[in-house]
Amino acid sequence: MVKRPEHREIDATAGRDAQVDATRAWVKRTFYGETIIEIWDLDFFYGRNRVLHDVSLGIPKDGVTAIMGPSGCGKSTLLRTLNRMYEVVPGARATGEVIFEGENLLKSDPVILRHKIGMVFQRPNPFPKSIFDNVAYGPRIHGLRNRRKLADLVEDALHRAALWDEVKDRLKDSAFSLSGGQQQRLCIARALAVRPRILLMDEPCSALDPKASDRIEHTARELAEELTVIIVTHNLQQAGRVSDNVAVLLADGELAEFGPTRSIFESPQDERVADYLCGRFG
Amino acid sequence: MTVDQEIQKEQAVMQERRKRSMTQWAAFVLLGIGSLFGFFFLAFILYWVISQSASAISWEFLTAAPRDMARAGGIAPMIVGSIYITGGALLVAMPFALGSAIWLSEYAWKGWWLRAIRIGVNTLAGVPSIVFGLVGLGLFVFVFDFGVSLLAGMCTLAMLSLPILIRASEEALRSVPRSFREGALALGATRWYMIRTVVLPTAIPGILTGSVLGMARAIGETAPIMFTATAFMLSNPWPTSLFEKVATLPYHLFGLIKISQHYNETKAIQYGTVFVLMVVVTLLNLTAIIWRTRVRRKKAW
Repeated sequence: MVKRPEHREIDATAGRDAQVDATRAWVKRTFYGETIIEIWDLDFFYGRNRVLHDVSLGIPKDGVTAIMGPSGCGKSTLLRTLNRMYEVVPGARATGEVIFEGENLLKSDPVILRHKIGMVFQRPNPFPKSIFDNVAYGPRIHGLRNRRKLADLVEDALHRAALWDEVKDRLKDSAFSLSGGQQQRLCIARALAVRPRILLMDEPCSALDPKASDRIEHTARELAEELTVIIVTHNLQQAGRVSDNVAVLLADGELAEFGPTRSIFESPQDERVADYLCGRFG
Repeated sequence: MTVDQEIQKEQAVMQERRKRSMTQWAAFVLLGIGSLFGFFFLAFILYWVISQSASAISWEFLTAAPRDMARAGGIAPMIVGSIYITGGALLVAMPFALGSAIWLSEYAWKGWWLRAIRIGVNTLAGVPSIVFGLVGLGLFVFVFDFGVSLLAGMCTLAMLSLPILIRASEEALRSVPRSFREGALALGATRWYMIRTVVLPTAIPGILTGSVLGMARAIGETAPIMFTATAFMLSNPWPTSLFEKVATLPYHLFGLIKISQHYNETKAIQYGTVFVLMVVVTLLNLTAIIWRTRVRRKKAW
């Protein structure tokens, strides 16, 4: 069974490079794959309020990683750190290292970073534009004006978000003419059109009915074939259905456990995680 | 306690209660009458203006230029002049208003600097309009050397309506949901790209309604334009050039009463001028209100 890597297998006194290598090796052994993001000693503050405590975590490149925990434990904050979206809140500050593509992303250019790491929010937030223009928004940021290429990109993104068949005849309609579940899939398509390497999903089903949630989960599973999906959820069943790996945060913003979903669900090491999974708190 | 005592106590309570309900009732009636006054004055003004102007209003009054020392003819050039000068003021002020509204709502960090600018804008709104008139005379007429002209008046009125326009635009920008901004930023948009492609298009209807309301406020202003732009009984009353004097509704009224020698003969025309001004203001407000409800109904978020 797996615990936080730095606690048992990684020598904290070793140099940073050695630690990074050790984490990669650990993740590779545990998840049979590579890491895409390594988080080191991440602390997070809103003003003077500390939301994340010393989180260290290597996120595997393959599959869906779920971040779980009781409400207010900082799971959305952790997710928003990965694409620097926390910066829209004044007074928010992150310290530590988050290594992505060999660079500490906390110090890199957020605009470029967000091209590579897409995000889907809690509530569907399509722009008040047509369906086509919503999906084409990202590529247009990069200056893509060629109609043919744009149309191809939009179609491809809508296919991958499993929305194409429902909207192909009304791409010019307003995005608000879609149902909630369709709007959320439109937002997924919008994020995919930028061709990100990672897709962050912040409780993407919390505003949707069970059927629409089911489709989103299905889409997330399919997307995990081609990119890394990181999903925040407070729904245990959903995490069980959708994720390959799961990280459990506790109420004080501390990472309690991280590992393959099945082993954590069946035999959690941490007592508090066991309590949480049994619904005894949170 | 005896029965008598109990009855006395009961009576005291009842009396107290009656007294209280009397006070309630009196307050209700007094305040109600007070609130009626607002309505009453409006009705009275409308009645007075309409009854006094009835004999002046005609097709000719709305479409012709004044004749015979403004004792006959119409006020069409003044209507056109008023619309020109306020419309122009809007065009001059809008870029500044929009710029500062965007800065205030999107870029400004909280702190004393932002507070100072807010206070400045609000104070500008409270500056007496005659002050704008004098400053406009000094700045636009003399320093910029526009002369007493339509252009100088536009600029002065623009200064006057700036705070209203800034506030209306800022409110419209702030009402754009945060989720739209986050959505755009998360796709890798820069701040300005996000503002340009998502925030502004969403806020534009609100900004336009706000500016029409600002125009309705500015069109009745006399003090800022009387030194800078307007004149009574021009040899050619129709506005022809930005650098010419212009005839306007409020100043025409001023002229009829204070400049013309025929005060008594032009009474109906005075009230007619006011009536037309009120109609123009009402039309502008109505446009804005209809526009706003229509946009609100279409809004899906």
